Amino acid sequence: MKQFTSNPFYKFILFPIGQILVFALGASLVLSLFTVLLAYIFRAGITGFDLVERVLLILPQVVINGLTIGFVYSTIALGYTMVYGVLEFINFSHSEIFMVGGIVGVELMAYFDHTGALQTMNQYVIIALAILLGMVISGSLAVTVERVAYRPLRGAPRLVPLISAIGMSFFLQDAVRLILSLTTGEFNVILPNFGTFDEFLVVAVPGIATPLRFQIKSILLVGVTVLMLVGLNYLVNGTKIGKAIRAVAQDRPSASLMGINVNMIISITFLIGGALGGAAGVLFALKATKLDPFVGFFPGLKAFTAAVLGGIGNLTGALLGGLILGLLESFSASYLSTFTNGAFGAEYKDILAFAILILVLILRPSGLLGQTVGQKA
Amino acid sequence: MGKLLELTNVHSYYGHIHALKGISLYVEEGEIVTLIGSNGAGKSTTLRTISGIIHAREGKVQLGGKDITHTEPHLVVGQGVGHVPEGRGIFPKLTVQENLDMGAFTVNDQKIIDDRAELVFELFPRLKERITQFGGTLSGGEQQMLAIGRGLMQNPRILMLDEPSMGLAPVLVDVIFDTIKKLNEQGTTILLVEQNALMALSIAHRGYVLQTGSIVLTDDAAKLKKNEMVQKTYLGID
Repeated sequence: MKQFTSNPFYKFILFPIGQILVFALGASLVLSLFTVLLAYIFRAGITGFDLVERVLLILPQVVINGLTIGFVYSTIALGYTMVYGVLEFINFSHSEIFMVGGIVGVELMAYFDHTGALQTMNQYVIIALAILLGMVISGSLAVTVERVAYRPLRGAPRLVPLISAIGMSFFLQDAVRLILSLTTGEFNVILPNFGTFDEFLVVAVPGIATPLRFQIKSILLVGVTVLMLVGLNYLVNGTKIGKAIRAVAQDRPSASLMGINVNMIISITFLIGGALGGAAGVLFALKATKLDPFVGFFPGLKAFTAAVLGGIGNLTGALLGGLILGLLESFSASYLSTFTNGAFGAEYKDILAFAILILVLILRPSGLLGQTVGQKA
Repeated sequence: MGKLLELTNVHSYYGHIHALKGISLYVEEGEIVTLIGSNGAGKSTTLRTISGIIHAREGKVQLGGKDITHTEPHLVVGQGVGHVPEGRGIFPKLTVQENLDMGAFTVNDQKIIDDRAELVFELFPRLKERITQFGGTLSGGEQQMLAIGRGLMQNPRILMLDEPSMGLAPVLVDVIFDTIKKLNEQGTTILLVEQNALMALSIAHRGYVLQTGSIVLTDDAAKLKKNEMVQKTYLGID
């Protein structure tokens, strides 16, 4: 067994994918069972339709939607949690890094649309290029932001860099708005229509009345994020740089005594977190189809919440937290009105999702996979 | 034997606090030199100034004749200064092997890393038994072994040890001090900071006594041990 677990294929491919599967399926299963249980309890009180039947009818689709948005939250949350792990600081401008990635990606596709390449090139090559550009721009931007706005404040009291981050967040929003207004005359960017991403892959499962419908872009989104998560796991656990990142996160003065250039490692951490955020931005743009400079706020806030839910500073926790938050949101959006007979609609989804979140944090203040504060030996 | 490390009139500050008030000392190649003194005397600050975690505002730190006063800590390591910090500074969530790997961060040749790890395991066989365990799960004595082993992975020209006996059972203190002596006999130059003055003076060649940021006394270790002031203040002999 020991030989098997130290096998790189197992350690860097099978294990992380297995972990993602367990988290995704586990969280889906728990929430589904809970919802179905509730449906059985309230069944008798509702006349006119069978509550259980109605819940089951849309359940697979609710799970698919929840996981799709959950993977986006996870990818953004990793940026928050990595930076927190190394600097114990919440990088509130990360939501803008995410936004910039999305806008850059859409602008590239708009450019391809303009030159006509959009209709001739392979659609997956276009997406890959957009993601790559989003990663490069967002990664470099994150490194620059750290260099300009956070590093000079390294020794300052903890609130000071936090305020600097919030200021940076506003600055980036307005800077992007200004650039877009000056160059295109308006600051909404709209994803050009191309390819087959809006189509559905329909899978009929025996035993379930309605066939499962996977939108191509949801499959793409999940596929790309899983690929990045596996890559990140290898980077952090399998490479010398990754080991150095973990060492800096655990004991910064000690790490410098090992000959590790701590400032460089911090820059690399921002680069990785920013690149993940940029990729998530492009994938999010595929789903949202219309972006503006303020679009990062809510996904950013939710990803931050996901990071805290999972236990901030913990990479696996960010993955789990993002999936759970995405599922909670999807379940609330779909079932609130079913259960309340239309009194509360999907617009209340955040209230329910965050109420559950607060409950979890009251019971486990350090997050689901976080450590209790006293254990930091 | 030349002077490997030399501090000349070094002044260091923590903010406005004047922590080192003109320290001058040297370590020759092959020596064990110890800094003794009570809490807050500036022993750790001296080591931190040498390794560049804080920089001297005045004075000079030289390693093998080269000025390293303002060199950043990760580059001081590259010059051959190994610093085993106070409280050991083990990475709690890295395994023993990974901790040692970090010690050899500046080395790129895996063969050299493996050879040095082998030497460390010869010195501390206990570490080899714990190789896949997280640093944070080791006992205090094992953590100190790991900290010293990790310092050795850099193959430093001078190894600086900050309070290696702190918090250890007496039997383990003996093990650690025997190892320090053995390392020195194999050719490693050592600068040892200790509150346990008796132990430190027993293995050192020379010693410096620090009081509130200044050196008040320096001599051969054997003579310091017999010095009346040292006996009274640090050895508890009236």
